[in-house]
Amino acid sequence: MSTIEKHIKFDVEAIRKEFPILNRQVNGKPLIYFDNAATSQTPQQVIDVIVDYYSNYNANIHRGVHTLSQEATDAYEQARIKIQKHFNAKHTHEIIYTSGTTHGINLVASGFSSLLQKGDEVIVSGLEHHSNIVPWQMLCERTGVTLKVIPMNQNGELVLDDYDSLLNKKTKLVFVNHISNALGTINPIEYIIKKAHSVGAAVLVDGAQSCPHIKPDVQALDVDFYVCSAHKICGPTGVGMLYGKQEWLKKLPPYQGGGEMIAEVSFEKTTYADLPHKFEAGTPNVSGGIAFGAALDYMNSIGFDTIANYENELLVYATKQLENIEGLKIYGTAKEKTSVISFNVGNIHPYDIGTILDKMGIAVRTGHHCAQPIMDFYQIPGTIRASFMFYNTKAEIDTFITALKKAVMMLS
Amino acid sequence: MTIENIQNAIIDEFSMFEDWEERYQYMIDLGKTLPLIEEQYKTDDNIIKGCQSKVWVHANMSNDKVEFTADSDAIITKGIIAILIRAFSNQHPKDIIVANTDFIDKIGLKEHLSPTRANGLVSMIKQLKMYAIAYQTQLN
Repeated sequence: MSTIEKHIKFDVEAIRKEFPILNRQVNGKPLIYFDNAATSQTPQQVIDVIVDYYSNYNANIHRGVHTLSQEATDAYEQARIKIQKHFNAKHTHEIIYTSGTTHGINLVASGFSSLLQKGDEVIVSGLEHHSNIVPWQMLCERTGVTLKVIPMNQNGELVLDDYDSLLNKKTKLVFVNHISNALGTINPIEYIIKKAHSVGAAVLVDGAQSCPHIKPDVQALDVDFYVCSAHKICGPTGVGMLYGKQEWLKKLPPYQGGGEMIAEVSFEKTTYADLPHKFEAGTPNVSGGIAFGAALDYMNSIGFDTIANYENELLVYATKQLENIEGLKIYGTAKEKTSVISFNVGNIHPYDIGTILDKMGIAVRTGHHCAQPIMDFYQIPGTIRASFMFYNTKAEIDTFITALKKAVMMLS
Repeated sequence: MTIENIQNAIIDEFSMFEDWEERYQYMIDLGKTLPLIEEQYKTDDNIIKGCQSKVWVHANMSNDKVEFTADSDAIITKGIIAILIRAFSNQHPKDIIVANTDFIDKIGLKEHLSPTRANGLVSMIKQLKMYAIAYQTQLN
């Protein structure tokens, strides 16, 4: 029995049956979905939770005295506890519901505007998604704070010696992704956090790409802020979470004003609600929050170790096959990486290959992956990115390789 | 030939292709073989940035007809440009202004002109029309 077969003990075929979308055809071919780093697919269990909510207990939460509102509130707050336990946060109120990773980053960046002053420095990694660059640039414009960048090497790894030399007493914040969306590099965030803390800087980790593959323990990491999106973890779009250490969340001012986030309002003075509601103005995505909890239940029922092992097998298998294609270059060859492969073939434009693959029912992402600085580093317009989840198979990779060879032949 | 005549000719040509592969191979070949624009016109001023592929467009008018040249860094986009240029170039501006692009649907390439495709083609067609409007103003 090969290693890959051993990991199939969780029965990938049975798992695939739980994802209705994997049965569909695209352009007359069975769908092969390799765009998981952009969004993951949703299992029936999670879809059922959303349908159940709208069928049986759709209501506005927290203020209602009626049964539906109470049921919806209970389910929404239960999901918050599930999220807290999943990430091992110390307190439930350290989990703030957001609309997604981008929202979480903007919330923190906006809050820090009032805590930073001219002369302070913040550090970003050179491997970031635009959503973990632009909010901080806006912060720097507002406050006169200086933005420093940790450079990357040819393998797509951060140069830690350079990071060490960027840190100083003026450094107030470091923001870095746990895993790069464009290259799949797993960043050494334990080291980055420890070093940042040694100069008194806080750290925000963008977990959008890590949460589908690993289970972060925010207390063990000692991270100050951790953000992610439910839709990358088999949950719905439009919901995510911000974990923040209690002491930081208390320091940050509210992000948006509105209902839900207040204690008392008069025209003379408004007092704000306690955590987590201080950061949750307006009616939230109730079904999304509940489904987020269900998605974590689903992932945990398979187990993150099993998921990581199986996905690594897929990564190794696909990488080997891709390397055999003449003229193919993989970008991002870090020692530690997840099941994301970014590549180009010769001088063929990624858009062309993506278009032909789509004709054969294969979904990959092409372009700069919202990480233009990385593309600039490699001096390319973009890449083709295939990203795998635990419901993908070796057979799909075989079909993808055949289709890719055909696309290259047509375009050469 | 009028724009409509050219478009009908293109529809006829494409009707001979049996499947997507033949259609795409044809477009790829068009994209590879045609020199579409002079290097001097591949300037930042003439660029239309799509999220995925870049498109350059240049226009000039002679004998009351607008001549377009264009290019792209992606070959399939370039193939579609070749088809569009064939239909719209060397035509009177007033005809370009009123012409439509329905023939692209009929030859099975509709998805490439979707506003969400981000390949620069939708903006390119807008640009062709803007040039035509500008030249029409000169003629009036």
